Amino acid sequence: MHDTVAAVPTWVGFAYLISGVCFILALRGLSSPASSQRGNRLGIIGMAIAVITTLIFLKSGFVEILAAIGIGAAIGIITARRIAMTDMPQLVAAFHSLVGMAAVLVAASGFLAPEVLGIAGSDGVIHQASRIEMGLGIAIGAITFSGSVIAFLKLNGNMSGSPIMLPGRHIINLGTLLAIIGLIGLFYTDQSPWIFWTITALAFMIGFLLIIPIGGADMPVVVSMLNSYSGWAAAAMGFTLQNTAMIITGALVGSSGAILSYIMCKAMNRSFISVIAGGFGAAPEAGGATAKTDRPWKRGSAEDAAFLMGQAEQVIIVPGYGMAVAQAQHALREMGDLLKKEGVKVKYAIHPVAGRMPGHMNVLLAEASVPYDEVFELEDINGEFAQSDVAFIIGANDVTNPAAKTDKTSPIYGMPVLDVGKAKTILFVKRSMGGVGYAGVDNDVFYMDQTMMLLADAKKMVDDICKALAH
Amino acid sequence: MEFISILSIFVMACFVGYYVVWSVTPALHTPLMAVTNAISSVIIVGALIASAPAITGTSGLGKWLGLVAVVFASINIFGGFAVTARMLAMYKKKER
Repeated sequence: MHDTVAAVPTWVGFAYLISGVCFILALRGLSSPASSQRGNRLGIIGMAIAVITTLIFLKSGFVEILAAIGIGAAIGIITARRIAMTDMPQLVAAFHSLVGMAAVLVAASGFLAPEVLGIAGSDGVIHQASRIEMGLGIAIGAITFSGSVIAFLKLNGNMSGSPIMLPGRHIINLGTLLAIIGLIGLFYTDQSPWIFWTITALAFMIGFLLIIPIGGADMPVVVSMLNSYSGWAAAAMGFTLQNTAMIITGALVGSSGAILSYIMCKAMNRSFISVIAGGFGAAPEAGGATAKTDRPWKRGSAEDAAFLMGQAEQVIIVPGYGMAVAQAQHALREMGDLLKKEGVKVKYAIHPVAGRMPGHMNVLLAEASVPYDEVFELEDINGEFAQSDVAFIIGANDVTNPAAKTDKTSPIYGMPVLDVGKAKTILFVKRSMGGVGYAGVDNDVFYMDQTMMLLADAKKMVDDICKALAH
Repeated sequence: MEFISILSIFVMACFVGYYVVWSVTPALHTPLMAVTNAISSVIIVGALIASAPAITGTSGLGKWLGLVAVVFASINIFGGFAVTARMLAMYKKKER
């Protein structure tokens, strides 16, 4: 059915298969930090095989292609070197938008010059199966692009993180989605340009509409979801080009993003549908959800904290995104080192949504040279708070809130939380008593008998504790 | 290749992806996203094919679109693998 593409020599098909296998092994390598670097190298080898094979097979246009690769390589490598680890979610969103746009451009190029991709007969009529695949490719690619651009702007702070709610948006979104599906069906029977370009325009629009109502707290899910879409876009184009490497990769990336979205949803006890519907993290009604500071609480100093932790047998540190915002991770690691010198066991407890994307907090701690075998996931460490003398919470709030277990009316009810309340002493670093977390709810941990509030900038507080410990 | 064989590869790869990704340690989920980003830019293969022909007549615009796609995909490939390598190099075990 696809004459030109189907006529590729066997060795070319074989090379693409090898590159697909390399990609599977690249992901497999990430099962532990020890094997991960080898995995990444296998990914690079797989990509090199795919690109070099294609170039050899093409035999023409090398100068401009190599120039294009060179420009991309320079931009990519410079960005990768310079990016701050706290900005990783934005970078990933930006990268997703590029995959989406590349899919759109390839599909558009295929539509304008179908004979080049070998998807049309000699009369210029595009094969019907290819039309469906191209239609899907350009639609998913365009959604990935515009959705990722909005996600980038929200994560980068160029656009407010609070949800923007259009009236009747569910009807508009559903209508647009159905229109896209209907037009792809029509494109199967009729390859008129207006159909193709209308699909493209509507897909760009719906990507935009889908992401603007989603609030900042749900961004980890959105980034994962767009990761998945970028995979499906690559897979759809793989079908068009009958390319094994693209199909295998698209399926891998698509599943990966879908699994990460699921993990993030579960970590926030949110259903995927409700995330997509948007609106979570909207500004709370005046007075209703601000912290009720009239309840009694105790304030501690850096010296108190240093004394308590210095006497402890085991300290569990619970970092949240606020720690990263204050750039306190290096000071925190120094504090951990000082405590270990005193013979204290130090562990870090990471909630799945502690950062702005899956695994973000682990990267931030790794950057500050915290050994990864001191860092534990929620389910692995939650039982240990009861045997710990101190839980040191810094820049985290919602993920420690017991209301998620006890208060059915709370917006975070049902979300898995870290059981910090079971520790003998709780040290809670927070800028002031007034602020609330993403979910806009008060936290009972502030008012527990064993809690001591350390009110200061996170970095300054940790620096002061370090000074007190060094004495 | 027949459609059904391509579809079979796709479905099998989805299952492989499912099991491989669940085996990824949560501590490496950010590098996982960065590296999946890089490998999904294998779409560059399509972009390369689209950019290959000489600029003549109607295929001119198609070629330029292909070349822009090559630039975008390359940013992703080089950027994605480089930033993944940078992150992975930071994960260290405790010194004993």
